[in-house]
Amino acid sequence: MLATGIFTSWNSVLFIINFGLISAVMALGVNLQWGFAGLFNVGIMGFVALGGLATVLVAMPPTQGAWTAGGLGILTALLMGAATVAFAVLAYTRLTLGKLRTLIIMGILISGFVFYRVVFDPAVDAVEAINPSLEGYLGGLNLPVLIAWPIGGIFAAGAAWLIGKTALGLRSDYLAIATLGIAEIIIAIIKNEDWLARGVKNVSGLPRPAPYEVDLQNDLGFIQMTDRLGIDPILASTLFVKLIYAVLFIAVLAILFVLLQRAVNSPWGRMMRAIRDNEVAAEAMGKDVTARHLQVFVLGSAICGIAGAMMTTLDGQLTPGTYQPLRFTFLIWVMVIVGGSGNNLGAVLGGLLIWWLWVMVEPLGLGVMKFITSGMTEGYWLKKHLMESAAHMRLFTMGLVLLLVLRFSPNGLIPEK
Amino acid sequence: MDLLNALVALSNFVLIPAIAYGSQLALGALGVTLIYGILRFSNFAHGDTMAFGTMVTVLFTWWFQSKGITIGPLPTALLALPFGIMGCIILILATDRIIYRFYRVQRAKPVIFVIVSLGVMFIMNGIVRFVIGPNDQRFLDGERFIISVRNFKALTGLQEGLAIKTTQGLTVITAIIVVGVLFYFLNHTRTGKSMRAYSDNEDLALLSGINPDKVVAITWLIVATLATIAGVLYGLDKSFKPFTYFQLLLPIFAAAIVGGLGNPIGAIAGGFTIAFSEVTITYAWKKVAIYVLPEGLKPDGLVQLLSTDYKFAVSFAILLIVLLFKPTGLFSGKSV
Repeated sequence: MLATGIFTSWNSVLFIINFGLISAVMALGVNLQWGFAGLFNVGIMGFVALGGLATVLVAMPPTQGAWTAGGLGILTALLMGAATVAFAVLAYTRLTLGKLRTLIIMGILISGFVFYRVVFDPAVDAVEAINPSLEGYLGGLNLPVLIAWPIGGIFAAGAAWLIGKTALGLRSDYLAIATLGIAEIIIAIIKNEDWLARGVKNVSGLPRPAPYEVDLQNDLGFIQMTDRLGIDPILASTLFVKLIYAVLFIAVLAILFVLLQRAVNSPWGRMMRAIRDNEVAAEAMGKDVTARHLQVFVLGSAICGIAGAMMTTLDGQLTPGTYQPLRFTFLIWVMVIVGGSGNNLGAVLGGLLIWWLWVMVEPLGLGVMKFITSGMTEGYWLKKHLMESAAHMRLFTMGLVLLLVLRFSPNGLIPEK
Repeated sequence: MDLLNALVALSNFVLIPAIAYGSQLALGALGVTLIYGILRFSNFAHGDTMAFGTMVTVLFTWWFQSKGITIGPLPTALLALPFGIMGCIILILATDRIIYRFYRVQRAKPVIFVIVSLGVMFIMNGIVRFVIGPNDQRFLDGERFIISVRNFKALTGLQEGLAIKTTQGLTVITAIIVVGVLFYFLNHTRTGKSMRAYSDNEDLALLSGINPDKVVAITWLIVATLATIAGVLYGLDKSFKPFTYFQLLLPIFAAAIVGGLGNPIGAIAGGFTIAFSEVTITYAWKKVAIYVLPEGLKPDGLVQLLSTDYKFAVSFAILLIVLLFKPTGLFSGKSV
């Protein structure tokens, strides 16, 4: 990492560190689920995106007139939808088995859906018609963006509770598929429901917890300070802002780390590991396996949600189109496995290390390709192809690292004690 | 007449695409289900296996096209398909030898296999993107339609047209042949029977002298073949893009689970269930409704239940419902 700083610039080092810290937080969440409870969650992307959504809903100013135009309608429709499902579940549990029950449930669901669409569609059209090039969504609550971080965690926890309730009692493979699916659906919803967060049109210009570079450059005190230190004020301002983010992220990471460490070393942590190692034995000892699984699944997902909110804050915009499972789900898995599942320190290390590798593979790959193709003449098709393909070395390298670690050091870099 | 028109519109926009898509999903799900039955893990690399086989086929197709070799009205890709299958088999067997075998000897837990398959998925995805790039590739040539809209209208005098693309016809025919051969193999040949025995009870099969290495190798062979065929058919019907193949993983898994993991018949049924629900729920029914409903009830909107972007949500919802009420799938598969 030092070498990166010397050879490129400190600015990009801070950039890598900031994202590395966020990755480390995500890895902590996954490690809680996999390393300590043996839950196979491949829906991390969805929880991260929910955290991102939270920043928009919390921090953006509300859109003028959107609530009166259609917001209430949307809210009513959503409540009606929830009520429909609730009634259907009620009918399912209260009525006795038979054709009548099936008919009643079908009736409730179909009529509920029709009413929902009748209320929902015009409300959505009304909201999306408001200044569509800039707004066209409900907007947020205009609260400080830092509040969005815990809210993001709560969002993710809510989603995780719903999934866990349905899928956790089943086999591990099913949980994997269920989480994979729910992540895709969350992304699809954020992409398509423009009234919520503008969908693929993105929400940009999110409020920041740190000052803007331009303001710093115009600030007299800041310029005097940079003069005294002998740094260019423009460079100093970007570094300063990134440092503020880094400090915030380190604080979150440290708090989570201490909490997790304490939880894992407590009787609760011992119980979790006992369940992981032998579910049947733990159940025979009177431990409620499904409830504990649900608990740890919700907690781990909440951590991913917090990380997602942090990332969107750092980006300053919500871009649903960029959420890809390879980057936001499976890369985190590589981090946890490589770092050492079952060890929080390992997860943090894996997060930082793999993120650094992920960023550095591209320039390194380009260098390797330059070396390989140096003998070829300029404009030769293979040379051109190889140079263009260097960018795709990333996935290959990640897979290779994962397989090598699994084979030769299955416990990761810092194994569980 | 109106009813006929409605029927034609329905087949054109719902039935035929859903049958073609369902066949592709069924072939993919068969691969997943075979791996699950015999090697006992969910293979996350399946989508990328399909992509790899298809990529080899695409490269051979381009090579044949540049040499001017075609097979008349049929797509050249059919000629390249055996080469694609060969390439995929080589890659898959090498993967098994280098990577999976180690864990099989160790008798590692299924979830370890799943994580290993994640690594394989990354590598295959990397290779495919490295060789052919992440962009959309089209490799379809030959006659585009078996029946085109205009011919159909002229033939029947109906208002609605019906088009059957060559690729759709090809998909269904190939799928039927492949499934027929597969089931004959599984049910009537010695090797197929030993595979089923191994899937049912590994220890008992070993005791009766079945060679596990051979069973595993044959399984991978079949899986590579199925994956390549499914991938090529999908690529011909839509287009080839590595990321789309990765995303196919979800409906394919849904199909395999809905049908019952480890059960080949279930995989086929699951494939069609998922395909039909995806298409019917995301289809705008206005065209059909115009003909069927009486004058006063003509719909204003598109009568689309959900926007097409939610097709993943549909397969997922079906998956959840099946899991909640019949956890082993429609045709009871195994549960470990």
